[in-house]
Parts: sequence; structure tokens; C-alpha cells
Amino acid sequence: MKRFLLTTACLLMASPTLAAEIWVSNEKDDTISVIDVETLEVTRTIPTGERPRGITFNSDYSRLYICASDSDAVQVMDPVTGEILHDLPSGEDPEQFVLAPDNRHLWIANEDDAVTTVVDVETRKVVAQINVGIEPEGMAVSPDGKTVITTSETTNMAHWIDTESHQIYANSLVDARPRHAEFVNEGTELWVSAEIGGTISIFDTATQQEKAKIGFEIQGVHPDLIQPVGFEFTPDHKTAFVALGPSNHVAVIDAETLEVEGYILVGRRVWHLAFSPDHTRLFTTNGVSGDVTVIDVASRKPVKTIKVGRFPWGAAMKP
Amino acid sequence: MNNALTALIAICQRELLRFFGQRARMLAALVRPLIWLLVFAAGFRAALGLSITPPYETYITYESYIVPGLCGMILLFNGMQSSLSLVMDREMGTMRLLLTAPVPRWWLLSCKLIAGAVISVLQAYVFLAVCAMYGITFAPVSYILALPALFLTALMLGALGIALSSTVKQLENFAGVMNFVIFPMFFLSSALYPLWKMAEASALLRDICLVNPFTHGVEMIRFALYQKVDWINWAVTLVALAVFLGLALWGYNPAKRLISRKV
Repeated sequence: MKRFLLTTACLLMASPTLAAEIWVSNEKDDTISVIDVETLEVTRTIPTGERPRGITFNSDYSRLYICASDSDAVQVMDPVTGEILHDLPSGEDPEQFVLAPDNRHLWIANEDDAVTTVVDVETRKVVAQINVGIEPEGMAVSPDGKTVITTSETTNMAHWIDTESHQIYANSLVDARPRHAEFVNEGTELWVSAEIGGTISIFDTATQQEKAKIGFEIQGVHPDLIQPVGFEFTPDHKTAFVALGPSNHVAVIDAETLEVEGYILVGRRVWHLAFSPDHTRLFTTNGVSGDVTVIDVASRKPVKTIKVGRFPWGAAMKP
Repeated sequence: MNNALTALIAICQRELLRFFGQRARMLAALVRPLIWLLVFAAGFRAALGLSITPPYETYITYESYIVPGLCGMILLFNGMQSSLSLVMDREMGTMRLLLTAPVPRWWLLSCKLIAGAVISVLQAYVFLAVCAMYGITFAPVSYILALPALFLTALMLGALGIALSSTVKQLENFAGVMNFVIFPMFFLSSALYPLWKMAEASALLRDICLVNPFTHGVEMIRFALYQKVDWINWAVTLVALAVFLGLALWGYNPAKRLISRKV
């Protein structure tokens, strides 16, 4: 018993107290800034390939996938050491991607080639390439893994792709320059943001028909500057936070009534968002001002802005 | 000591009675900063540009930036108004009556200063309450932490007012104080624009703002409202208070020509 207690104590002392982190890709610096969620300070800056944009962790957070757009590769990083382990064949100019629930297939939007590439992260081989609209960007996967969405910026469409047949089975028109897509409410709804259109369209997943649209209006800000890009939902899916690009604000939406409840001032050209693990804080990447604003989710107020690299773009949480 | 306390209470009561008796004064004290907040700040919302400087940790609206400066504006105008009342007291003969009190002259002036500062701080809190209704709020503890900063700034500006009032012979001359003290002090400070913005226009302008004690009073309030302290602001304000109070006492010394002729 004594030995057991001693061993347990030793083990407890040996295990490092890992704090939750927000990983941010810096598009112009070719780096990733790691922010400690507790201290709200940058603890590490890790070099990556050229022009890192979309980033995502696998389900056990043992690997980080990075869209290194100008290196024409998806890089795989060990988050503990910060070492790039290998590249995945991604097709040209990967911008955003989504990891399927099987934790194996990475669906990548190739902006310059108008294709969506499916890569098997284990065999490191391209499984399929699907022709989509011009300048694909936003990627989303349904919770059951049966449907993947690619939004194309210039064609202004959301393409519904069957993940088994790798065929597009529906196209839905969206307002100008769709940027980001998310499935909500157990996959029954699809939300798509349109950057130039300045709206978020909500589609019924069963019919692929648009059922609602949300517009934005900020007092004193020209409507042209209100450009919805990334958005995130609270775990109960009752509230959505939408990054509004060069308007320098994040909108708060009641996801049930679809009313805009308020706007939060953040840095310049806000791109994407990531929640802390307990969802009490929201981190926004502000491209032009080169920083990350931390929002207190309960009070919906910005509490701090943290300087990161040049042109922060994507954000991912690591518990 | 008993006499000293009685004098302090009596003077404070008199000032408060006078203040609450003049509803228009309270209204004017509130309307002035509110016009700046609701009209001026709204128009300049986008013009300020973005930069995070202490005590701010994130981006703020211009309305939020301007609030500490407008608190300072209230303290500045009220400090000068209190000294205006000293000129009036002297003209009306009330000051002669006051000076018959069995307490030292310096204590009488200090009482007057404290009474004026209490009223200034009260006005500043009413303004902060209106700001909260308008949507510009601070953490609850900030309102308590701001009290010493507001009070010290009010004392410093009140002492300046008293020092100036000793040189003003007639009520009519007070307009000069408005033009040559209040406006330059307010505009050449960090009340309306941050110092980095002033430096963009001219480094000299920034330096003038830096030597203006009003800037340090405003910054002290700004830092306190964000639960922070910059000791340089406290030091400059304290030194300015000591200097202005010294000048005020010197100005009201009966041995001095100006005051001995009038009182």
C-alpha cells in the first residue's frame, strides 16, 4: 500500500500540468502562435510551411493539420514538439479543410484548382478529387459523416457531397462569396456565411432549401464593411458568434429566433473564432491588426487583445 | 481641532446647500459632458483609429475612451466655478464674515477646497451613472477605486481655481480664466485624444499635453476605472496640488497687496 501511494505520488508529480491552448495560424509570418487559455499569453511560436491558413486537430489532439497554402501541402504537426512530421498530398493551394468523424479522411478545399480533395491521413494518399465551383473555401461535415459541404467563393454555391460516392448530389445558391459553413442542431441545419453578401443563410439539410437568412447592421459602420466570415456556436447551439471581417465586430445571434442580439468590438478584420474548452471564452483572429481578441462569453465583452504574428487567420482549441 | 471640524462641516454644508439650491447648475454640469459624449464622440467614433495603450487591454469605442476625460472636464469646470464663488464672496462681503471664524486662514481655504471637491466628485458620479445608462459601464469595483483619483484631481483643480481667484479682482474678469486656463487645459490634454494621437500631429503638442497636470489627473481616473495604477500620474497630480495650494495660500495672504486691499 505504501509503495502504491508512493508510486501514485511520483506519477502525479511527474505529469506536467497541461493548460488548454488556442493555436492560431499566422498567414504572413508562416508561423503558429500558441496562446495559453489561462494566462492569455503567447507561450510558443512555431514555424510552419508557407501561408498557413486553416488548422485543425484530430480527435485525440495528437496531431495538428495545417493548410500551408503557398507550400501546396497540408502539414502534419506533433503538437507536443511542434515538429512537422510529414506533408499530405493536398492538391494546389489548400485553404480550408475538415476532418471527417472517422478521424481518417481529410476533405480539403483547393482554392486555385476548383476541386475538393479527399486525403487518407493514414495512407497519405489522395482518395478522390471532386470538381466543385470556382474558388472553393468553406468546408463542413455532417455529424453522421455522410455529407460534406464545400462552398465556392466565386460560384456562390454550397455543394452537397455524398461522402461514399464522392458525388455532388445538390447545389444551393448562397449570397456572394460564401466563406464558412457549419452543420448545427444534429445536422438538421446548415449555416453558410456570405462575405460580400453580408449574410448568413440557413438551409434545411433534408431538402437543401434555404429556410432563413440573417442580415447585419452596425451603427456607424458602412454596410460594405460588414462581411461575415467564420462563426462558432455555443455547445447548446442556442447562440452563434459571427466574425464580421473589416467591420471589426463579432455579432451575437440567438440561434433560435435568429435575432442579432449585439455586436462586440474586436481587432481589425476578424476572420475566425475558437472557444476555450469550457466555452467561457471566445478567441477571435484579427487579420489586419495582427492580434487575437478574447471575449468573455457570459458578459459578451472583450477582455483582452493579445499580439500574435502577422495576419492571424485560423484558430483551433487544444484542451 | 473642534473649531476646525466645525468650520469644515459648516463650509461643506454651505457649498452643498448652495449647489442643491441651483438646479440649473447641476443640469449645466451634466449637459456639457453629455453633449460631448452623445454628439462629439458619436461623430468621431471611426476617426480615432485603433491602438491599444495602457490601461486598455483590448479595443474600445471612442465613447469609452472619452468618459474619463469628461469626468475630468466636470472636475475642471466645477473647480473653476468654486473659485468663481470665492470672487463673489469677496465682492458681496461674505468672505469678511468667514474670515472672522476662529480658525487659521489656511484651514478656511482648505475647507473651501474640500467642499468644492466633494461637489465635483458628486457630479462626476452622476455623470458616470448616466454613462452606465447609455451603455458605457465599468466593473463595479472600478467605481470605488476611481473615488481617490477623482477626489485628488478635484482637489488639484480646485486649488488651481483658488490660486487664480486670488488674482481676479472682479467677477467680470473671470471670462479671462475661461479662455486662458480652462480651454487650453482641457484641449491640451489626453481628455479627448490619446497622447499617441497627439504625437502623430506634433511631438511638441504631445509634450505640452504631458506637462499639463490635467492630463495626469485624467489618466489617473482612466487607470483607476480599469483597476490599474500609474504612479507617475499620482505623483504629478500630488505635486501640482501642493504647488497650487501653496500659490493659493500665498495669494490669500493678507500681507499680499491684492488680497489685503479687497478683504
